[in-house]
Amino acid sequence: MPSTSVTKTASSTDPPCATEELLTAPRKHPGRWAGAVAVLLVAVFLVNAFAGAAIDWGVVRHYLGAGFLLQGLGMTILLTVVAMLLGVVLGVLIAVMRLSKNPVTSGIAWFYVWVFRGTPVYLQLLMWFNLALIFPMVSIPGVYSARTVEVMTPFVAAALGLGINQGAYTSEVVRAGILSVDEGQVEAAYAIGMGRIKTMYRVVLPQAMRVIVPPIGNETIGMLKTTSLASAVGVTEILLEAQHAYYVNNRIMELLIVCAVWYLAAVSVLSVAQFYVERHFAKGSSRPLPPTPLQRLRAAAGRKPVLR
Amino acid sequence: MTTSTTPSPLVRAEAVHKYFGDHHVLKGVDLDIAPGEVLCLLGPSGSGKSTFLRCINHLETIHSGQIWLGDETIGYRLQGTRLVERPEREIIRQRRSMGMVFQRFNLFPHRTALENVIEGPVQVKGENSRSAKERGTLLLERVGLGDKLHAYPRQLSGGQQQRVAIARALAMEPELMLFDEPTSALDPELVGEVLTVMKDLAATGLTMIVVTHEIGFAREVADRVAFMDGGRIVETGTPAEVLDAPRHDRTKAFLSRVL
Repeated sequence: MPSTSVTKTASSTDPPCATEELLTAPRKHPGRWAGAVAVLLVAVFLVNAFAGAAIDWGVVRHYLGAGFLLQGLGMTILLTVVAMLLGVVLGVLIAVMRLSKNPVTSGIAWFYVWVFRGTPVYLQLLMWFNLALIFPMVSIPGVYSARTVEVMTPFVAAALGLGINQGAYTSEVVRAGILSVDEGQVEAAYAIGMGRIKTMYRVVLPQAMRVIVPPIGNETIGMLKTTSLASAVGVTEILLEAQHAYYVNNRIMELLIVCAVWYLAAVSVLSVAQFYVERHFAKGSSRPLPPTPLQRLRAAAGRKPVLR
Repeated sequence: MTTSTTPSPLVRAEAVHKYFGDHHVLKGVDLDIAPGEVLCLLGPSGSGKSTFLRCINHLETIHSGQIWLGDETIGYRLQGTRLVERPEREIIRQRRSMGMVFQRFNLFPHRTALENVIEGPVQVKGENSRSAKERGTLLLERVGLGDKLHAYPRQLSGGQQQRVAIARALAMEPELMLFDEPTSALDPELVGEVLTVMKDLAATGLTMIVVTHEIGFAREVADRVAFMDGGRIVETGTPAEVLDAPRHDRTKAFLSRVL
């Protein structure tokens, strides 16, 4: 009804024009098609190369379930978790110290970042492992005492080395997150009688998390792969296990492919975890939350409407 | 200059000076506020009125002078001949008896309206969460937001956010409320709802210091008006005295522009 009346008024004043018949069409994307064809050609080439190479896929399948590689994977994951926990705790602590008004505190934080970000993590791992050369004994006076060589196992050295190095990087991420929170938030917290520490963990850090989580997710994935350096101090993580195996049976590429598959699987799990952590800290954000895969599935099944 | 004749003021400022770098922002502010009094602080921007208000709860340090709340000096303690800044614990305790409402609301965006209101009572006073929620709900109902308890700040209009901010400050049961241009960031049609809430508060006998450009509000609600210019309080008096018969030239010039 309204459209006919519009055409009527239009035709009464303007020259007749069949506006209604002029339909719009989406823009064409020839570049996408060209790109897809190119990708397909490369894929064919790669598949051909892999198929033609002397890779025994049966061996790959066999080692995918191999117990010693799964044990190595377990070590990789355990080391990632421990090192990241240490890294995040240190990172938050160092970031808060760095922003302190106390010049001694902020100086210590600056020095920490300078040392541990400024030297290769590989070198740091070796130094932790050989710490006994500087400190032969570790002790808490009157409580505990032991020879450093016995305490500094490969795992402890790797966890300390990776975690402390990670702390230096994470502290900069956390500092950026803290600086991104509006100063009015701190004033509001002070005005209701909060102290500096409570203001930090009740008001500033929860808001900073939205900025902090994506890069930390990034760094966790980086850590998962960096743990392979721990083999330098004798931690038998997945890559070292694979190397031990192929030195004997010479199935080099097969074992490396198995490792790649496991690394990718672990990274995929971490990416999913990051998605949910980000959602948690997006509370109260202006941008609407994207639906979770589960919500999408429900929506597709038409059982429960997705929240806007 | 009118001086208060009340024997024991709730807030007393004596010769307060404040510098931002080389800029002399407060040049000797003297002011008394009696318990239950509503004082509106007027003046052109840059006159130091917001800075002075922020000195009262020690969000800003001062260079010299003293601000008293009851019989305690705020932020500093006289040791020998110097005013030494108090330890954080004491400053926190002093701030608990003062509520503050900001120009840009400063609600915690990651918490709902009710969570914003109970944050102080639960985290600072150690009140248990259930009784804080009951009181918080009553406070939000009192500011007309009983149906927005679980809304996040971003889902609220400016006027609603400012009313939540007022409820958040009231939840600490302050002796004194500080308002720093509470309606300056609001759309004109939302100013009224915030002023109405403030008017109701004034009627309950709460001591209030209000930095504002709302001359109409000052005229209607204030017991006393102080006019600031160039870091000094130029004149104080009843709204009728200051707004209708200003004695100082700066006051006259300012009022002729805003009225």
